Amino acid sequence: MPRDLRIWLGGGFILFLILVAMFAPLLAPFDPLEQDLMAATAAPGVEPGHWLGTDSLGRDVLSRLIYGTRIALTVAFVAAALACLLGTTLGLLAGYYRGWVDAMVSRLVDIWMAFPPVLLSILLVAVLGAGLTSVIIAIVVIDWTRFARVVRAETQQQARLEYAEAASALGMGHGAILWREVLPNVLPVVLVLLSLEMGIAVIVEAILSFVGLSVSTDTPTWGGMIAEGRQIIYQAWWVLVFPLGALFLTVLAFNQLGDGLRQWLDPMLKR
Amino acid sequence: MSPVIDIRNLSARSAVGPILRDVSLSVNAGEVMALVGESGAGKSTIAKAVLGILPAGIEVTGGNIFFEGTDLLALSPARLRDMLGVRIALIPQDPLTSLNPARRIGDQLTDGLRLRAGMNRKRAFDRAMSLLNDVHIREPERVLKRYPHELSGGMRQRVLIAQAFSLNPHVIIADEPTTALDVTVQKQVLRLIRDMQREHKTTLLFVTHDLGVVAQICDRMTVLYGGKVLEQGFTAQILKNPQSPYTRALLAASPRYDQPEQSLEPVPEALIAELQREISA
Amino acid sequence: MPLSIILSRALSALLTLFGVMVVVFVLVRVVPGDPISMMIAPGATDADIAALRAHYGLDLPIWQQFWVWFKQVLQGNLGTSISMKQGVITIIAQRLPATLELAIFALIMAVIWGGFIALVSTAWRGTWVERAIDNFNGIMLAVPDFIWALTFVLVLGVLVPVLPISGRSDPSIDAGLATQFYILEGLARAKFAFVWDVLKHMLLPACALAFPLAAVIGRVLKNTMMDVMVQDYITLARIKGLSSIRILLQEALRNAAVPALALTGVQFTFLIGGTVITERIFSYPGIGNLAIDAVINRDLPLIQGLVLTFGIIFIIVNMAVDALTVWLNPRLRHA
Repeated sequence: MPRDLRIWLGGGFILFLILVAMFAPLLAPFDPLEQDLMAATAAPGVEPGHWLGTDSLGRDVLSRLIYGTRIALTVAFVAAALACLLGTTLGLLAGYYRGWVDAMVSRLVDIWMAFPPVLLSILLVAVLGAGLTSVIIAIVVIDWTRFARVVRAETQQQARLEYAEAASALGMGHGAILWREVLPNVLPVVLVLLSLEMGIAVIVEAILSFVGLSVSTDTPTWGGMIAEGRQIIYQAWWVLVFPLGALFLTVLAFNQLGDGLRQWLDPMLKR
Repeated sequence: MSPVIDIRNLSARSAVGPILRDVSLSVNAGEVMALVGESGAGKSTIAKAVLGILPAGIEVTGGNIFFEGTDLLALSPARLRDMLGVRIALIPQDPLTSLNPARRIGDQLTDGLRLRAGMNRKRAFDRAMSLLNDVHIREPERVLKRYPHELSGGMRQRVLIAQAFSLNPHVIIADEPTTALDVTVQKQVLRLIRDMQREHKTTLLFVTHDLGVVAQICDRMTVLYGGKVLEQGFTAQILKNPQSPYTRALLAASPRYDQPEQSLEPVPEALIAELQREISA
Repeated sequence: MPLSIILSRALSALLTLFGVMVVVFVLVRVVPGDPISMMIAPGATDADIAALRAHYGLDLPIWQQFWVWFKQVLQGNLGTSISMKQGVITIIAQRLPATLELAIFALIMAVIWGGFIALVSTAWRGTWVERAIDNFNGIMLAVPDFIWALTFVLVLGVLVPVLPISGRSDPSIDAGLATQFYILEGLARAKFAFVWDVLKHMLLPACALAFPLAAVIGRVLKNTMMDVMVQDYITLARIKGLSSIRILLQEALRNAAVPALALTGVQFTFLIGGTVITERIFSYPGIGNLAIDAVINRDLPLIQGLVLTFGIIFIIVNMAVDALTVWLNPRLRHA
């Protein structure tokens, strides 16, 4: 049982978000798409029922915030999991086989690092066409390097250890050694990275929504709300504040969870 | 003649237990006093207490350390700092780790001359050059421009000796200054310390576990065990006629400086057990 | 450092740059969708499209297209922007100084702020000060520039409007400068009021960029300083009677700076990448903001040119960090 408070706080907040996303229709006081121009840009509490105010089209900020968790979490889990899968696989192969596989992967990572990630993701989504799938693909294509770099180094270290050699001496194949001996030892690091990556994915989605390239503008997203809030910042600060706060807390939660996991799993690694 | 260093009833303890028990010793001006004992005897703790650099977790529980009449333990850290370097200096144990790897020898050697003696850079470097000459370093000009990793261990220890003497301190504490060096270099460095000490008439507190070294350069010696003073007196007398059974055993366990081929006896376990009983009583 | 290592580093950098070019090129061409469709204005005729195709050499096989483009780039020709009808190099040269001044200002702030964090928490190690800084640092590190930028816009631009939140300088001031290096040229010509105005405009975006970097520098520098502070030469410096501040700055910081520097270099490239969205948020006229416009306008030559520019900056920064590391570490310098 981890005793680190960060794991409980971070994990607890994410669990809370998952519940909010699942029960969004029950929790949201309004239809997030319902416009009410009579009640446009109402400050929090001014119009009855609109606790967090309304945006420039009179849509309820709280309801949009609640529905926004769906996109944020979908991207966080799907994109991060796929980036993790791709990056970890390449990192394992590069770290274990060395030679030209390693040279290729390392060079690719170098090249990827030379791109500003935000620009690359915007470019990718522009090329693929806006939409949730494009956003997920963009995040996977860009962020696999985070996993590949670390897993490669970790695998190199693990493959040098005795148990890998012992397994090799027992006549285990490369695939079996990678799968059964190396992977379990690399897994804790991957888990920590995965948690951090989920936070990053949420941010990237928000950035893409902010630029106007994520999912269609009808679907409520935190990034889209932030983009609108930035435009009407002098008239209605609440349209920006609440999704920004939600984003802040979500990123912090994933991060604290990751940091907590790192400390909790670290002594296991050193054993 | 009043002693330069007068330690009275000094006691210290750590979380594990007492480290110094009621230690008293005094060192007279111009004299070389050895602090002898095995590791854990408390000799380094005494040196660190004088310098005010006891590690966290060790605290002085009683006694005084008078330096020229001032109780060092009662001084504020700022006042103690005023004394250090100028009136009390240290020759450290490990020359490899005691020089800052990122700074040139000249800059490190002139720290004291510039910051404490107020010399300008030019004068400080001239003085540093003659100091390096005194410790028999050839081409001092070039050495001043070097980084520590470019010098051998013996050279570095010479630099540290020059640094310790640079402000003509009244007392120098030498903390096992030859332990980290090659055997061949040890002798030269030891001789150098003795020569410099005689020339500057510096009072020297010499921490060591090596009775051979003690015999060569120390006027008087204090034998410590388990943080307690067992025996104190003139080196020649103690070596010839040790009073404490522990000193006797220690002598038997060390190679005789005059008879290096003699076979060695370990300190008997029964004696150690008895000492331990005595100390804890 | 031996010449062979320098050469192999340079070669590796060139190879990376080449890879960057290939990726950009392939990205905007091979991925589904006709590149020409990214360029055409609505209402273009078939003849227009064919002419455009021939103009950009898009009727050639892809590897030939790449070769043509590659040769052009080597000759310093990045083509003409479709949306701005100007040479790509000209446009970038006009906008790059703004980004460089912003990024370097942010870097300086991050180094000072991070160094300050490290020094204070090393000086007060083991007390509540250290723990408080550690916790604050954790938040600075976790939250990216995007969120900081918007938070600053909101808090310091709108709720307590003390600083400008958009643009690079007050448009009503005409400083009559010849270059786009507002700060450098402004200082050189002693137009301090103008420089002050530019700095005020830069402060919030620079803070947003600097915060995460400052947190990294602070954390790494503090950890290495803690390791250094228990070294024998620090104890000896204390016995030499040097003051605590001198020991921290002269003895410890220099030794701790070298490991921190390598990481700062990598993180600085992240900071440069961060200018893209930060410039957007603050409507700051640099190449990052320009790049987003270029993508939205589907301005292919400009996109290629800008991505290449970022790649070159990245490689230069990395090489500079390598050189600086060697210069600061006497052991490597003489090896």
